Amino acid sequence: MQIVCKNLTFAYGKRGVTAVKNLSLTIDEGEFFGIIGETGSGKSTFIQHLNGLVKPTTCDELTVGEFNLLDKKCDYKKLRSKIGMVFQYPEYQLFAETVFEDVAFGLKNFASLTKEETEKMVKEAIEVVGLDYEKIKNKSPFDLSGGQKRRVAIAGVLVTKPEVLILDEPASGLDPEGKEQLLSLLHSLHKSFVKTIIMVSHDMNTVVEHCTKVALFNKGEIYCSGRPSEVFFKLEGLEEIGLEQPLTGYLKKELELKGVNIESDLTVDDFVYNLVKKLKQGS
Amino acid sequence: MFYIPFTCEKFFWVLKYNKSIKRGSLLKIIEVKNLTYAYAKGKEVLKNLNIEIEKGEFVAIIGHNGSGKSTFAKLLNALFVPKEGEVLVGGLNTKDKNSVHEIRKKVGVVFQNPDNQLVASIVEDDVAFGPENIGAKREEIEERINFALDAVNMQEFRKRTPTKLSGGQKQRVAIAGVLAIKPEVLVLDESTAMLDPRGRREVIEIVKDLNKKGMTVILITHYMEEVVNADRVIVLSEGEKILEGTPKQIFAKKEELTRVGLSLPPATILADKLREKGVNIGEVLTPQELKEELCKLFVKI
Repeated sequence: MQIVCKNLTFAYGKRGVTAVKNLSLTIDEGEFFGIIGETGSGKSTFIQHLNGLVKPTTCDELTVGEFNLLDKKCDYKKLRSKIGMVFQYPEYQLFAETVFEDVAFGLKNFASLTKEETEKMVKEAIEVVGLDYEKIKNKSPFDLSGGQKRRVAIAGVLVTKPEVLILDEPASGLDPEGKEQLLSLLHSLHKSFVKTIIMVSHDMNTVVEHCTKVALFNKGEIYCSGRPSEVFFKLEGLEEIGLEQPLTGYLKKELELKGVNIESDLTVDDFVYNLVKKLKQGS
Repeated sequence: MFYIPFTCEKFFWVLKYNKSIKRGSLLKIIEVKNLTYAYAKGKEVLKNLNIEIEKGEFVAIIGHNGSGKSTFAKLLNALFVPKEGEVLVGGLNTKDKNSVHEIRKKVGVVFQNPDNQLVASIVEDDVAFGPENIGAKREEIEERINFALDAVNMQEFRKRTPTKLSGGQKQRVAIAGVLAIKPEVLVLDESTAMLDPRGRREVIEIVKDLNKKGMTVILITHYMEEVVNADRVIVLSEGEKILEGTPKQIFAKKEELTRVGLSLPPATILADKLREKGVNIGEVLTPQELKEELCKLFVKI
């Protein structure tokens, strides 16, 4: 499903603050799309438009695959089973007595399924996030570790098999290993039924390492978008809009000032490879 | 006439200070002895922990999720009381109910989510909440608000509504709220986890600055790059202290850190990868240090 948004503006109330201004953005199917920007730059407001949680004040076009969100007859229920939304700290939303019930809750809202069908889908969702179904299904979500809780919460969104998965700061609050595991989970999901991943993140290093495309939000507008290597390296004054260069972007810039130009897509391994190549050329 | 009480106070302060130097032990603001703590069900969250923290030190505590870091923070200001062993704050035992009030004035804790810590609808009222609670007089409250807001560089926001501030600004107000009690120790329990890069930068700068002015800081974090600012790093795993040392010493132990779910600062990781490829590069912790090293390499060419 391709997501197309043209000239979206959203304001709170009639004279309220404009959270998103004239925003146009296309996200193709298959992208691992990063959205970055400081707090209050309109990131969350934008992603909430994509599954109809928030409706635009004015907008020329807003479509998610075959769903036209500007159409009053838009089937939001079906849309929301196709576009899964994982909020920040999703484990705070766990509520049921067992992991099974918690994950199954999402399904209840979308379809009337038999017991067996429900069980099959819940099992799949729990396994796809890398947890052992038999071991965990009857446990209380509150007895799990932080990383496990987050996985269960994500399973609760994946249970309807969404094609698009939107995650708001999925790794925040996790320890380095938990963060690594979560990101590799996202990559493995990206190869399954999830076609497109949209990830809001504050961590520039994560974004350059994992995203195929990225959009920088600033004051409700898109400041810049494209491949991470284009967006980061070329920009001046990222600090002024509350962001920063990823480590590789910073080093590339600093070296360029010394007259050393390193071609790189800014992922760590690629940067290291090209830097070593350059060193060898020189010597 | 005004000079006399002032001089007296200063005199006593000097006495006290000298005494503390002679005794040595009074310089230790936090003493944790054989501390074991378990929540009701019996599983021990912290096991036989021994930690001493000196006045003016900047100590970072790292550990995987569930390693007991946050429990430790709550034991420092008597929100929790040890099941075994003891926690002494400036010589006062957190088990002693009569000392709790005094201990909470000495140790201020800032938590992860700024939205859960702000209570008033105006910044200055929020900062005043602490001093009001300890019964400070009106002029003194005013003086403390000024001191605290200056320290976090938020004076210009004093009449604003906290809910309308950015994450970093809110967290700075939360820190001001703690500073208004004039604590001796500032504990930050993952206080930057929910912030954007600017917010994190702001908070870390303020914390570094407070430490320079003499505040004892205990920083609990998952961001390895924040740890490089500390004098000493303590690594917790499964409730036990497994490593302790300067950031350089700790981050030289890559395998041990990885084994307990931790990692190295991004610059250190990149330098390691270069070394694996045969590049001769010194030990680095920060992007700036790495840049210096890389520039040296290219100058040689």
